[in-house]
Amino acid sequence: MRARRETIADIAIWFCLATMPYWISLLGGYTSLGTRVVVMSLTAMALNFLLGFTGVLSFGHAAYFGLGAYGVGMTIKYLVPSTPLGILVGVAVGTVAAALVGALIVKLRGVYFAMATIAFGQVFYFIAFRWNSMTGGDDGLSGWRRIPIDLGFKTIDILNDDKAFYYLVLICFAFAVATMAALLRSPFGRTLLAIRENERRARFLGIPVEQHIWLSFVISCFFVSLAGALYALLNNFADPHDLRWDQSGDFVIMVVLGGMRTFWGPLVGAAIFVLLQDYLSSLTDNWMSLIGVFFILVVLFFPRGLLGFLRRQEKS
Amino acid sequence: MTQQVLFSVFNGLIIGAFYALMALGLSLILNLSGVINFAHGGFLAIGAYLAYTLIPYLGFWGALAVAPLLTAAIGLLVERLLIRRLYGRDPLYSLLLTFGLAFVLEDGTRYIWGPSSLPFEIPHWLATPLSSDFFFLTGYRLFMMLLVCAAVAILFLVLNRTRLGMRIRAGSGDLEMVSALGVNVRLLRNVNFGLGIYMAGLAGVLAAGMLGLQPTIGSVLIMPSFVAIIVGGLGSLPGTLLGGLLIGVTSGVVTVFFPSASEAVIYVMMGVVLLVRPHGLLGEEGRIQ
Repeated sequence: MRARRETIADIAIWFCLATMPYWISLLGGYTSLGTRVVVMSLTAMALNFLLGFTGVLSFGHAAYFGLGAYGVGMTIKYLVPSTPLGILVGVAVGTVAAALVGALIVKLRGVYFAMATIAFGQVFYFIAFRWNSMTGGDDGLSGWRRIPIDLGFKTIDILNDDKAFYYLVLICFAFAVATMAALLRSPFGRTLLAIRENERRARFLGIPVEQHIWLSFVISCFFVSLAGALYALLNNFADPHDLRWDQSGDFVIMVVLGGMRTFWGPLVGAAIFVLLQDYLSSLTDNWMSLIGVFFILVVLFFPRGLLGFLRRQEKS
Repeated sequence: MTQQVLFSVFNGLIIGAFYALMALGLSLILNLSGVINFAHGGFLAIGAYLAYTLIPYLGFWGALAVAPLLTAAIGLLVERLLIRRLYGRDPLYSLLLTFGLAFVLEDGTRYIWGPSSLPFEIPHWLATPLSSDFFFLTGYRLFMMLLVCAAVAILFLVLNRTRLGMRIRAGSGDLEMVSALGVNVRLLRNVNFGLGIYMAGLAGVLAAGMLGLQPTIGSVLIMPSFVAIIVGGLGSLPGTLLGGLLIGVTSGVVTVFFPSASEAVIYVMMGVVLLVRPHGLLGEEGRIQ
C-alpha cells in the first residue's frame, strides 16, 4: 500500500516537472522561474544526501555551488565557447575542491564540522571577490552567455528558447536525482544510513566511517556544483554572493523546510523558498528581516519540515 | 620597510584582539551550550550602535560602560525566548535559528540607524598619534589593546577563581553531572550566554572607534572568529585567544606583501592546522568527536 502510494507520488512529481513550462505561466510565473526552482531543488536534494541521509551537517555548500558557477562562466568566457564543456569544467572544479576540503575536515563532527565547512567556504568567496581581473570581483562575472548546443544534426538554441533550456536543466536534474536514489538504495547508501543512526556502532562493525563520510561529502558537492553551473547558465552571470555563507544557510533552510529525512522534501522546500524570496523581494526592501524571521519560525514550529509533518500525520 | 612591517604586525595584533574578543564569547557559548551563535556579529553591531546613540548623553566613557551591558541584556532576553528551546536538539536547529537571527539583527540595525556609515566620536586626546616616527601608534589603539588585555584577564580570572567560572568550566565538560550536583543549569547557561554577548558588545564599541560604524561591521568579523576557534583548538579558551591573535598578525603581515590575499590566508592557515593537528593548536583530543 505504502510502496504504491510512493510510486504514485513519484509519477505525479515527474509529471509536474515535465510539463511545468506549459502551466507555470497560467499561475503567474514564467519559465525561468521554473528553471530556478528545478536548479535549487537539485541543490537542496544534493545537500540532503549529506545532511539527511548521512547525518553530517555542512553549512558551506554555497562554495561548491559557486565554484560550479564560476567554472562554467570562466570556461565559456576565456577558454572554449561550449556549454557542455563549461558544465564539465565547473563540476570538475567544484568536486576537486570538495575532495580536498573534505579530506581536511572529515575527522570533525557535529557543530565543529559545520563550522569548518563554513569557514573553508569563505576561501573561495574571497578568491572570487579579490581576483578582479579574472572574476570581475564584487560585480560578478558577466560578459558571457550560454552557447547553443550543436548536436551535429541539429542545434538546440538554449540561449533564446527558455523552454529548451528548461528541459536541458531538467535532464541534468533527472540524471542527478536518479543517481542519488540508486546510490541510496545500494549497500553504500545503507551504510550511510547506518552511520547516521549510530556512528559508533557502525565503526564497531568495521565500517571505515571517515571514508564513507568523505565520499558522501564529495558526491553531494558533485551534484551541488552541477546545480551551480546550471544556475550560472540560467542567469548568464556568476555572482560572488553565490559563494558566500549566507547562501549556504538558504540551502540548509530549503532542506529543513521540506523535510530532511525524506527524499522529495528538499524539492518542496526549495520550491517554496524560491517563490517566497521572489515574492518578498518585490514586495519590500526589508525582505532580509522577513527571511530571517521565516528561518526562526521554521526552526521553532516546523522542525520536521513539510513532508516530515505530513508523514507523521499519516502515521497517527 | 621595518616600519611598515612593525606597523602591520601591530595592526594585526589589534585586529587579532577583536577576533579573540569575539571568538572568546562564541567559544564560551559553544562549549557550555553546544550552540554556534551566528548572530554574534549582529550583537556586536548592536553594541556599537547603542554606544553611538548613548555618546551624546553619557559621553564616550559612559557609553563604553553602558552599551555592552545593554547588549548583554538583549542577549539574555534572546536566550530566554529563543535559544533555550533548542538545547539538546540537533545542532542544525540552533545554527539555523541564530542564522536567521543574524539576518534580523543586521537588517534591524540598518532599519533603525540607516544603511550609510556613521561617524563615531572618540575623545580627541585618544585619537592623536603618540610619536611622529610611529604614526600608527595612536592613543586609541594603545588604549584598546590595554582594554582588551584587561577584559581577557578579568574573564580568565572569573573563570578560574570564582564559583560561577568553576561551574561554567565544569558544565563545559559534563553538564549532566553539574546539574546532578544541584546547580541550576538553565540559569547557568543564561548567564553564560549573557557573558558571551557582553564581550561581543564590548568588541563592538571598540571596533566602531577604529573601523567606523556600518550595519555590516559584525558580519565582517564573525568568520575570522570561527577560524580563530578552529585554529586555537576546540573547547580551549586559551587556544581561542591564541588563535585570534595569530590569525590577526598573519593577515596583517600578509597585507604588506600580498594585499589581495589578506583575507584568504587565514583560511589557508586553518587548513594547515587541521592537517597537522585536527583538534587545533591547544584543543583537547576528545572534543572533536
